[in-house]
Amino acid sequence: MSFLEYRVKTVPTGLSKVFHVHWALLLVVIAVASVGFLMLYSVAGGSLDPWARDQMQRFGLGLVLMFFVAFVPIWFWRNVAGVAYLVSIALLLVVEFFGDIGMGAQRWIDLGFIRLQPSEMTKFTLVMMLAAYYDWLDAKRTSRPLWVAIPILMIMIPTALVLLQPNLGTALMLMMVGAVVCFLAGVSLWYFAAVGVMAVGAIASVFTLRGTPWQFLHDYQYRRIDTFLDPTADPLGAGYNIIQAKIALGSGGWTGKGFMQGTQSRLNFLPEKQTDFIFTTLAEEFGFIGAFSLLLLYGLIILFCVVSALQNRDRFSSLLILGVAANFFFYLAVNLSMVMGMAPVVGVPLPLLSYGGSALLVIMVAFGLVQSAHIHRPR
Amino acid sequence: MRRTARDSEDSARTITRRGLFLGASMAAFMAVLGGRMRYMQVDQADEFRLLAEENRVNIRLIPPARGLILDRKGRVIAGNEQNYRVVITREDAGDVPAVLTRLAHVIPLLPDEMEKVADEADRSSPFVPIIVKDRLPWEDFSRVALNAPSLPGVQPEVGLSRIYPLMGDFSHVVGYVGPVSERDLEGIENPDPILRIPKFQIGKIGVERWQEDVLRGTAGTKRIEVNAVGRVMRELERIDGDPGADLMLTIDADVQNFAQARLGDESAAAVVMDVNTGDLLAIASSPSFDPNLFVRGISQRDYSALLEDDHRPLANKTVQGVYPPGSTFKMVTALAALEAGVINAQSAVYCPGHLESGGRRFHCWKGGGHGSVALEAALAESCDVYFYEIAQKVGIDKIAEMGKRLGLGIRHDLPMSAIAEGIMPNKDWKQASYQQDWRIGDTINASIGQGYVLTSPLQLAVMTARLATGRAVNPRLVRAVDGELQAVPDAPTLGLDPAYLAAVQKGMFEVTMGTRGTAKSSRIVDEAMLMAGKTGTSQVRNISAAERARGVVSNDQLPWNRRDHALFVGYAPFAAPKYAISVVVEHGGGGSLAAAPIARDIILRAMSDGLPPLEAYPKDQRGRMETLLNALPLRDIGAAAAPTRA
Repeated sequence: MSFLEYRVKTVPTGLSKVFHVHWALLLVVIAVASVGFLMLYSVAGGSLDPWARDQMQRFGLGLVLMFFVAFVPIWFWRNVAGVAYLVSIALLLVVEFFGDIGMGAQRWIDLGFIRLQPSEMTKFTLVMMLAAYYDWLDAKRTSRPLWVAIPILMIMIPTALVLLQPNLGTALMLMMVGAVVCFLAGVSLWYFAAVGVMAVGAIASVFTLRGTPWQFLHDYQYRRIDTFLDPTADPLGAGYNIIQAKIALGSGGWTGKGFMQGTQSRLNFLPEKQTDFIFTTLAEEFGFIGAFSLLLLYGLIILFCVVSALQNRDRFSSLLILGVAANFFFYLAVNLSMVMGMAPVVGVPLPLLSYGGSALLVIMVAFGLVQSAHIHRPR
Repeated sequence: MRRTARDSEDSARTITRRGLFLGASMAAFMAVLGGRMRYMQVDQADEFRLLAEENRVNIRLIPPARGLILDRKGRVIAGNEQNYRVVITREDAGDVPAVLTRLAHVIPLLPDEMEKVADEADRSSPFVPIIVKDRLPWEDFSRVALNAPSLPGVQPEVGLSRIYPLMGDFSHVVGYVGPVSERDLEGIENPDPILRIPKFQIGKIGVERWQEDVLRGTAGTKRIEVNAVGRVMRELERIDGDPGADLMLTIDADVQNFAQARLGDESAAAVVMDVNTGDLLAIASSPSFDPNLFVRGISQRDYSALLEDDHRPLANKTVQGVYPPGSTFKMVTALAALEAGVINAQSAVYCPGHLESGGRRFHCWKGGGHGSVALEAALAESCDVYFYEIAQKVGIDKIAEMGKRLGLGIRHDLPMSAIAEGIMPNKDWKQASYQQDWRIGDTINASIGQGYVLTSPLQLAVMTARLATGRAVNPRLVRAVDGELQAVPDAPTLGLDPAYLAAVQKGMFEVTMGTRGTAKSSRIVDEAMLMAGKTGTSQVRNISAAERARGVVSNDQLPWNRRDHALFVGYAPFAAPKYAISVVVEHGGGGSLAAAPIARDIILRAMSDGLPPLEAYPKDQRGRMETLLNALPLRDIGAAAAPTRA
């Protein structure tokens, strides 16, 4: 069903939209973000500076943006999906040639108050683009080779640009989230099987070509994989971060060491404790109970999204919400796997918790899209 | 394009089906994450908790205060002084050179010192304190404390450091401490971790080294919390160590100081020993050096000067120097002959001034000869020919055996460095050392303490004490450990016939008291303090027949290092022996002139509370002695070595 087909009259207008906001979802998002403020306050040694205050202000800005996006009708966002996608590609090109580099490889544009990372934005504009594409595409053609090649191209262009930055983690997530949307839209499973076989081949060649002039990955990316496979091989070098993270997490026990009592973070053993590894501080200070509760909150966010998507009869909205949820899930799954030693350290923040403006604002805008789809759903 | 409702229904079903699958997959993976969390935080928690503790807790050692070394009256020979120093911490100082420049207005600080400190601060972690200046006088130190507000990052600190208030008096006995070197650690199986503390000082020589275990004490520990870069955050727990035990020596600092001063600039050694207990009252070697120089790190220039001095100030001549004992050995020869029964005290020998034996001529020191002499006169006048004769009768093996019974040629174990064994030769020894047969000439030379015989001043003092008591007295240096007096070891009798002993003692008495005694000018006239003794003059060169024909060159005309060694051994009071003494003056000339007067002064000092009483000297010497004694550069022991613990 497309929005053209349902009566605009049944969609709330004006301020009455407030009553149709998915408040439960919003509350959980705020709760998770608040946990983040608490942890940023803790890792700063009981101080709002330098992180917590900043983060709260950005979250406030994020909330404003979210409401703005939410109150704009979803069909407007569908219509601008192509533009948003093209802007993202353009920005990726801009940072490729003019952007700043820091912390390994993330490229950004410094806007003064915020460092915009087009690669973050692209994760969601890609979802919008694909959702719009499948909304437009006749369902019968979904699995025809030509109509499958187009979304693959849509995915590969930003992926290639991000890979050039080079940012392997984000590139992989773009491919994954793109694949998820295609999967949801009904693309035949044979394509996925074929891609899977190709992926295995690609991974095999990545490792076999290592050390030759044709190697795919950068040396540091290979080292990250090495470190993941055996962090103790170089405990003071590349493996240090992951070992310390695991110590922090594991030493939390059932109930944790208490708020602001985490020795690993307070004594600076934890790397990047305010960004990628913030979960370890939470796990250290609040233990398994705290860490698992956060996991449940994340689960609730995803659950609300999935339920909302499945109840939504608008195809674009469904795909968009599920794409956002999948994206959100990939963030936290990769981050948590990473800090728990189940995945290589790839520099993916924990959504809503990690300090960092760009990712937070982008996620809030994405939730704005989810809310807009929810508010303007066909009734 | 228009879609049929059916199409829409189909695609909606697809999305729902696949959406549910996606949701289930996500839920499944979150369950995996939750499981992993549980595994790490619950099942493996103890392991990780331990690792976290290891991360944050460091154990540091607290160096114990080193035990004091005291003299027999409890005065400090080696103490610990507060070492006032100033350190700077880069992170608190900010601009290190600027702060140092300001600091230079408060304490004397040279530009290159400042540069060195600034360099070191740059190289170290920002929170590591760098020592700017060590051993500041209290005034400078308090000025730094006073100016603290204008000197950010500058900290006045107090540590303990070894000090030897009596300077050179005990440098050979007590030795000194210094930083632990790799060589110190080599022989030790399980070095005390305390030795790894930077700048920790251990005994290098002397008592400091050989009683290191007693003096060191045990380290305390403190558990501290550190952060990832090693900065100390706080102290968690502190276990104090035990300070080292105090060590009380048998030495009397007054006597030691007097002996050291009396030896003066000579290259000489003096040992004073209690004949009953074996307590060493003084054990002086000169010239000396200031051990504090070594504690503070001696300069290359000072060290070279000590090494190049031909009087060898670094050598401890009392135990490590070995000399031909010369005539001081004659008591050994006499006792061996008496005990073997080849002579009695009245047997007379005619001395024509020399003895022919094996085609060689052995001279008496007195060219004209002593005429007919028996034991008493032979000792008193030190007739060489008498001993040549009796030695040939008794043989070297019995002489050597007697020498060893009297403490020569054996190592006396004391907590001191490089204790020499000396040489008490016999036939086997020569065979083993030179693969040569013992010749009669060797016996003749040995009979008057020349030839192969080598003894240390300590051994001579032991010999004298044994002659005075007839008991196997052993020297002793440690009187009490940690306030607990050490038992005086038994001195079993030597088994010498008292009559023989008395005859030798009478001879020694005549050396000083007889009208023809070789040391009669060094006699003590106080009846209660009469001294018996024996002079010795040992050659360090061979006198050729040609030289003897021309007339032996007197010592005054020889270069210093070719002159004879002067020796004297003695004990007093004669009636009830209390102290034995030995004095060796290297290249001092004759024993009667160079060694005996020193021995008399020192033994008198040992028997008195203050300076030797003038009444003890013969009347005609009192004026001269008064001048000499008053001119001695003595130390105010009480003021320098007040028994305080820093």
